Amino acid sequence: MDYGRSERPAGAAPLPTAIKILIAGGFGVGKTTLVGAVSETRPLRTEEVLTETGIGIDDLSGVEEKSTTTVAMDFGRITISDDLVLYLFGTPGQDRFWFVWDELALGALGAVVLADTRRLADCFPSIDYFEGRGTPFVVAVNCFEGARTFRLDEVQAALDLDLGVPVVLCDARERDSAKEVLITLLEHAMKLREARRRAAGD
Amino acid sequence: MTGRGESAEQEWVDDHAGPVVRPYAVTGGRARPVTGTFDLISLVSATRTDVGSESGLGPEHVAIVGLCQRIQSVAEIAAHLNLPVGTVRVLLGDLAARSLVQVREPRATPAGLPDEHVFEAVINGLRAL
Repeated sequence: MDYGRSERPAGAAPLPTAIKILIAGGFGVGKTTLVGAVSETRPLRTEEVLTETGIGIDDLSGVEEKSTTTVAMDFGRITISDDLVLYLFGTPGQDRFWFVWDELALGALGAVVLADTRRLADCFPSIDYFEGRGTPFVVAVNCFEGARTFRLDEVQAALDLDLGVPVVLCDARERDSAKEVLITLLEHAMKLREARRRAAGD
Repeated sequence: MTGRGESAEQEWVDDHAGPVVRPYAVTGGRARPVTGTFDLISLVSATRTDVGSESGLGPEHVAIVGLCQRIQSVAEIAAHLNLPVGTVRVLLGDLAARSLVQVREPRATPAGLPDEHVFEAVINGLRAL
């Protein structure tokens, strides 16, 4: 949908379209680091204020009680081509803000769940969420220094993942490593689409 | 209120309320845009280089038009102006209603996902980085 098409200067190139990938995982697992490693600029931060319609000009009670909460999301941008821009969104760490996740997940190509083997349980809510939604995802084990090294199949078993879900090692600080994680996700998402299409009998 | 700005403000706005109250003042208390939905990654481009002569626009509207001389997503506009996304949506609605910006919604099929070519293009684009 284009607004104001008729106002566009003649001969201007059409606007590119945007797509997104989510970067999820527990607090401090390196989501923003990974976003920053592959983005063309440093990660930006955007905020959503909760209780969307609750704060009218006539309603100061929410302010007094401080029941409004700001959810911050870090994100980055990768210009893929003249007509395609990829955004990477770090999901808000607070797992109770599911409606923000719903908005983020809508239309997303897929999600990377970053895991820290020292605190593996931190990524359970993310995995549950994407499994429940049917969003393609991969688990990327961020290799922190000093972290005990696990075999990937141990992580897979500990997370009780479906066998098809890729589990990869990564260094969220490294551009090439972060790139590989994203490519693994996209290839997995394409495979899933194909399988689902076949199952649907198309 | 007739008191000097700062002391009057302190009566009403503490540290926690600050970021909440000001954005809603920016939109005149409106929580919803007059037109459009504005996904976080909807891309916005200004249709004019200068809107200084337009009446009824606030400094934030003008700032958005300035930013969107280069294509920006809704999320980027919010980040650069340090305003909540909801506030930016309202301001963009005003601008879209006046055809001062054009907006491209994210590409999606009815099923909510882009087609296969998009996946391939992104994979190739990432490899080329």
